[in-house]
Amino acid sequence: MTKPVLSIVNLTVEIPTRRGIFKPVEGVSYDIRPGEIRGVVGESGAGKSMTGNAVIGLLDPPARITEGEVWLNGRRIDQLDAEGKRRIRGGEIAMIFQDPLTSLNPLFTVGEQLVETIQLHLGLSATEAQKRAIALLDRVRIPNAKERFHQYPHQFSGGMRQRVVIALALCSEPSVIVADEPTTALDVSIQAQVLDLIKELARERQVGVILVTHDMGVIADTTDQVTVMYEGRVVEQGTTSQILGAPTHAYTKSLIAAVPRPQVKLRRFPQVSYGGRDTAFKIEDLARNWDRSTTSKSGTLLEVKGLTKRFLEKGAILPSHRRYFTAVDDVSFDIKDGEVFGLVGESGSGKSTVARMLATLYPVDGGTVTFDGQEITGMTAKQLSAYRKQIQMIFQDPFSSLNPRMSVGDIVAEPLAHHKLLSRSEVGPRVRELLDRVGLAPDAYRKYPHEFSGGQRQRISIARALATQPRFLICDEPTSALDVSIQAQILNILKDLQEHLGLTMLFISHDLPVVRQMCDRVGVMRQGKLVEVQETSALFERPQSSYTRELLDLMPRLEQLSEKEIADLRT
Amino acid sequence: MTRFFDSDVFYAFRTSPVAICSLVVTVLLVLSAVFAPLIATTNPFDPASLNLMNGFTPPMEPNAFTGERFWLGTDDQGRDVYSTILYGLRISLFVGISAVLLAMVIGIFLGLLSGYVGGWTETIIMRAADVQLTFPSILVAMLIFGVAKGVTPVEYRDQMAIWVLILAIGLSDWVQFARVVRGATLVEKSKDYVAAARLIGRSPLAIMIRHILPNVLSPVLVIATISLALAIIAEATLSFLGVGAPATQPSLGTLIRIGQGFLFSGEWWILAFPACTLLVLALAVNLLGDWLRDALNPRLR
Repeated sequence: MTKPVLSIVNLTVEIPTRRGIFKPVEGVSYDIRPGEIRGVVGESGAGKSMTGNAVIGLLDPPARITEGEVWLNGRRIDQLDAEGKRRIRGGEIAMIFQDPLTSLNPLFTVGEQLVETIQLHLGLSATEAQKRAIALLDRVRIPNAKERFHQYPHQFSGGMRQRVVIALALCSEPSVIVADEPTTALDVSIQAQVLDLIKELARERQVGVILVTHDMGVIADTTDQVTVMYEGRVVEQGTTSQILGAPTHAYTKSLIAAVPRPQVKLRRFPQVSYGGRDTAFKIEDLARNWDRSTTSKSGTLLEVKGLTKRFLEKGAILPSHRRYFTAVDDVSFDIKDGEVFGLVGESGSGKSTVARMLATLYPVDGGTVTFDGQEITGMTAKQLSAYRKQIQMIFQDPFSSLNPRMSVGDIVAEPLAHHKLLSRSEVGPRVRELLDRVGLAPDAYRKYPHEFSGGQRQRISIARALATQPRFLICDEPTSALDVSIQAQILNILKDLQEHLGLTMLFISHDLPVVRQMCDRVGVMRQGKLVEVQETSALFERPQSSYTRELLDLMPRLEQLSEKEIADLRT
Repeated sequence: MTRFFDSDVFYAFRTSPVAICSLVVTVLLVLSAVFAPLIATTNPFDPASLNLMNGFTPPMEPNAFTGERFWLGTDDQGRDVYSTILYGLRISLFVGISAVLLAMVIGIFLGLLSGYVGGWTETIIMRAADVQLTFPSILVAMLIFGVAKGVTPVEYRDQMAIWVLILAIGLSDWVQFARVVRGATLVEKSKDYVAAARLIGRSPLAIMIRHILPNVLSPVLVIATISLALAIIAEATLSFLGVGAPATQPSLGTLIRIGQGFLFSGEWWILAFPACTLLVLALAVNLLGDWLRDALNPRLR
């Protein structure tokens, strides 16, 4: 075995706070060998990024390393002064961050930034550095590297920008690269390309890579070694095949089980049952007093015809000089009563815009929306009130969808009070009941949103959405901001709701395995157009359009399941 | 209440000596203004209590004619400087706080409206704000003061002077509130909790007041504190220039104007003590505002 380029030995990071010392990283040890990719996986707050930051000396004070050692190429680096750490950073250790937009300076051309870094670290002449920079751009597969050398970061797409960041990281010929969630901000298709590139370069240049991620699929596709972290500690580490194939720790096991599988539809999502955080959810009680008298006659609840939305791109006083961007272009579909309809697509494909038009948050520019036989496009605000009672939405970001200055009780009570569904004295007990049903403790009523975690906030959102007993629920990426363990809980709640209350749902997601588990029928969107609508199983097994096939191919897969394993999962 | 004592803001307060000092000074000054009738030795607004023979008594020395002693001396009318400062402080603080409240109400309302509604409403309000900003605010205040004085009958002028001052300073100061509230409203408007409220069917007014307003108040609080110092200074400036509080009801600015006439004839105390009081008050309020801005801004923490 080759000698490790980077060794982390028993590393502990402490942050002194008002309420005692908090240890985000505790006793973490791992090695990285040349050409090897080590995945560091865990939930948010597990200390994955903090470990990486400690290694490269980027800890924000008052956080500091209190114990342990970091060795780089046989030299101890954790005790270096700020200047020494600065030399190593961007030199022997390079970094790739999550957001390619903020890691490049928008005021300099890509070439200038590369040349500057190369000259700084390798001391080459300007022309040599330029030659090298172009070669690097070429190497990270940027087409027309010579021309693009003179362009500014905003002229590159997200994926291309991340390639430039990778080229920038390679400038100094580092021996270790710390990549912190390098593909989280990217679409699936681009994610696969960027990960392949990192893999290839690590082999070719014998660079050790620390790949911090929360995505098990990325781990399976890319890494050689895996370190699983939980609450600041390493719970398990080993080779990727060993960890994924035969995990020994209970947390790793449930983490792997919680990853939604695209191959087979299960009744419920397996939950991460570690640390006792699974909260019970009493859906049956809610179903008992749910008013289900209103089912539509035709069987079709929602009908969308030729829906179009244009956004003003360039304003002008004269209408003929205005330029528009068509976000949703002639989209038609219908949703049957009690059905879960999925919309998938990459970012910018217009799926959220469709959701917001159905929720009457955006005005419609063309086409019609018919709900239960009534056309709602062109209704007055007063007429819409009845529709609004029947339709509710769960938003993507649980941190912005709850008013931080209102107590949870007030938040859930607002729709009840506004529609005057209950008398004043009945509102309180009903809100408490709703909170209880979504698995929140009774004291949640008086608390404020910031006292809750992302998953709990999403439960509050669900309670608010259920308050008016809606028939139609729009879920716009309800779990993409959540950890995989919390995701399973929230998706199970939604699934139960749908089954027991007969809710009709529009489920929007970019995560194909999740869509497979949740939806009856799926529509695929691309650049504002609906490319394909099919039954879920048919879509996954026999995709009609080439775009859908492409999306399915790019989906990171955990492993190929055998027939027996599929059977095991079903039970 | 326990929530407040446990909060980060209170913690930041407890650990900042500057904040504690400036709050203590501000509170002391406000209390002495409120209880001025109790702690003042004379009532300077009551002409019957004045003795012209007491004029120009230096601080702590007995008067040459009456033998009376005054802590901070007397002015040309024989008014006790200590008592006049207390009563003047009252007027300065009253005018300052009322003017800021007026500016705040106007600014918040117009800011919320232009931020949430947008379109032509926004254009008109914000352009008006821009135009007003091109004039120095003291000039705007003098203009408003002049117009208001012109339309009030002569016999009411002295009574109305205080209210006209409040109106003038308040109207010249709303712009910064409107700008900050508009900016914060634009940020809050795009958040999903506002979409959720719209989805419920709440009216724009209800969303503005119940949802957005509480979330834009912390920057407003900061500007209000800093504006308070500026408003007190603005009032003093106007009064110093002779367009503010009348000599019969002197504010700190009026006292400074009266005092500066005697500075070079040796009666320094008539000017120095009101000026120092104004300085300490403005400084304390300003430091408090600065500290509040840093404490409420999570990026600076």
